[in-house]
Amino acid sequence: MESDEVKLQRVPLSQRPEWSDVTPVPQDDGPSPVVPIAYKEEFVETMDYFRAVYLADERSARALRLTAEVIDLNAGNYTVWHFRRSILEALDADLNDELDFIENIARSNSKNYQIWHHRRWVAERLGTDSARKELEFTKNIFSIDAKHYHAWSHRQWVLLALGGWEDELGYCQQLLEEDIFNNSAWNQRFFVITKSPLLGGLEAMRESEVSYTVEAILTYPENESPWRYLRGLYKGDTQSWVNDPQVSSVCLKVLNATNNCMFALSTLLDLLCHGLQPSQEFNDAVDTLKPSGPDQPDSDLVKKVCSILEHIDPIRANYWKWRKSKLSSAT
Amino acid sequence: MGELVTEKHVQYILSVEKRKDDFISVAMEYLRMNGAYWGLTTLDLLGKLDAVDVDEVVSWIMKCQHESGGFGGNIGHDPHILYTLSAVQVLALFDKLNVLDIENVTNYIAGLQNEDGSFSGDEWGEVDTRFSYIAICCLSILHHLNKINVEKAVSYIVSCKNLDGGFGCTPGGESHAGQIFCCVGALAITGSLHHIDKDLLGWWLCERQVKAGGLNGRPEKLPDVCYSWWVLSSLIMIDRVHWISKEKLVKFILDCQDTENGGISDRPDDAVDVYHTYFGVAGLSLLEYPGLKAIDPAYALPVDVINRIFFGR
Repeated sequence: MESDEVKLQRVPLSQRPEWSDVTPVPQDDGPSPVVPIAYKEEFVETMDYFRAVYLADERSARALRLTAEVIDLNAGNYTVWHFRRSILEALDADLNDELDFIENIARSNSKNYQIWHHRRWVAERLGTDSARKELEFTKNIFSIDAKHYHAWSHRQWVLLALGGWEDELGYCQQLLEEDIFNNSAWNQRFFVITKSPLLGGLEAMRESEVSYTVEAILTYPENESPWRYLRGLYKGDTQSWVNDPQVSSVCLKVLNATNNCMFALSTLLDLLCHGLQPSQEFNDAVDTLKPSGPDQPDSDLVKKVCSILEHIDPIRANYWKWRKSKLSSAT
Repeated sequence: MGELVTEKHVQYILSVEKRKDDFISVAMEYLRMNGAYWGLTTLDLLGKLDAVDVDEVVSWIMKCQHESGGFGGNIGHDPHILYTLSAVQVLALFDKLNVLDIENVTNYIAGLQNEDGSFSGDEWGEVDTRFSYIAICCLSILHHLNKINVEKAVSYIVSCKNLDGGFGCTPGGESHAGQIFCCVGALAITGSLHHIDKDLLGWWLCERQVKAGGLNGRPEKLPDVCYSWWVLSSLIMIDRVHWISKEKLVKFILDCQDTENGGISDRPDDAVDVYHTYFGVAGLSLLEYPGLKAIDPAYALPVDVINRIFFGR
């Protein structure tokens, strides 16, 4: 909402000389009743004048300014954004100014599809020169909300369409340093190592990425994202994932720490299902985690793992029971 | 455990429908078509659709249609695929699909398919897997899936599949429960669920359930009632819903009710709105909460409405 200061300064459209030739058009389903609070009157009046220029298809400078006023009051109104684009085209406006306009609106309205689509439309027209600005813009959004879905979608589009890959892996690193739990940053990291024309591709990056991910896991083993990322690094090559000693060893380390083992156990389960031959150390680590009590003793390591998971992750007990049942049918 | 305060929710929705003058209604008037779908579908699930004047609603809907065949969010708004689906869904609720010029609507939607199989939201070109779902759902209801290139539509959706088994808005986009619902729904409707690794996706989806019982949309995010729909319907479509704790989810949804004034919010003690009221009730329907009509997880319409569309003639 506008600040009090701005409210005081606003001159009603009906009193502005440049709008004297226009008759405002009220909403079709009946005239809005008079409401006592000033900002509502202002809103209704602005919309009524907008309807007038929209119906007249007036693509002028004053109409452009009016769309800015509507958007400022109600950035979700997609029809106004459409019309604004039509006017920008008709006036052949300087779209660099438009980037500034969007930046201002985004400050209070960033969770809004219209803003992002409009931004993309503008950036497309400005071309590769706007890449740096777009990366900067999304960075500013991430400084407030590092998981902002629209902003990530925009950033990916910018990289693919306009370029600017140079610092992207470094930027992911920075975000993960700030919050290692940021799933969006992990997703972006995968995006970069697979799609950046400046890096060697997934297989070339695999070794260094595995080391990085293992470090991340060891700091917070309860973090879902790096476990999935680790698996993702072996896309299309499960055997290498099973055989990589770094993978099984990070599981073992976490199990031995006995805290926050859930993902370590589920990863171990997957490894075993794909043929990992476990050492005695794994058996010992899992035995330490076994819940005490009158459970039927499981002799198989893999069954023991399922039982423990059922016990420590009871909300998903049905899932772990199903994993266990699949083992019986496989043998 | 609490209970569903049905009557209060009905009153809440009816009051929102009537209330056109308060600031929130005025500010949201551009998406009234979506609001109509959320409110009216909820009423139908609660068995109270007859509280509404059918003719008034249908007449208003048709005023939102453009020559192109697409519908706007309200009178005076540009056409968009989002509101076109809601319009068709509401007409389906009332068994009034016959008021439509089917050729007109289906041509509008088919015209939004791009070369790579994806769909734009409107003439301005925004692409998102949400629009793939909308196009497929809408054309299916109107029995005209044959107007698009289904194979390409499916392959575009599959290209948005991520390594965690989930789907994003575009290829490479982070897996998000809302986008997953759209992709799974579209694949379900086109008979293409074999492209999904159901065990992998099922596990990702059931990992959305947090200790308190609610569901989030991505790892390390807060639970929100709307995910009771997006996650739950996805799990049902891939036949893995038994992997979450249904009881705990029911309790979470019921805790999100405003038991005094009606309506449901995103999480307990927040302000209610029609959107979350719909998703809460729809989620409870999927969880087979007593007294609610069954809802179809792919079409997001009551099962009897879907049966009428596909088997009633």
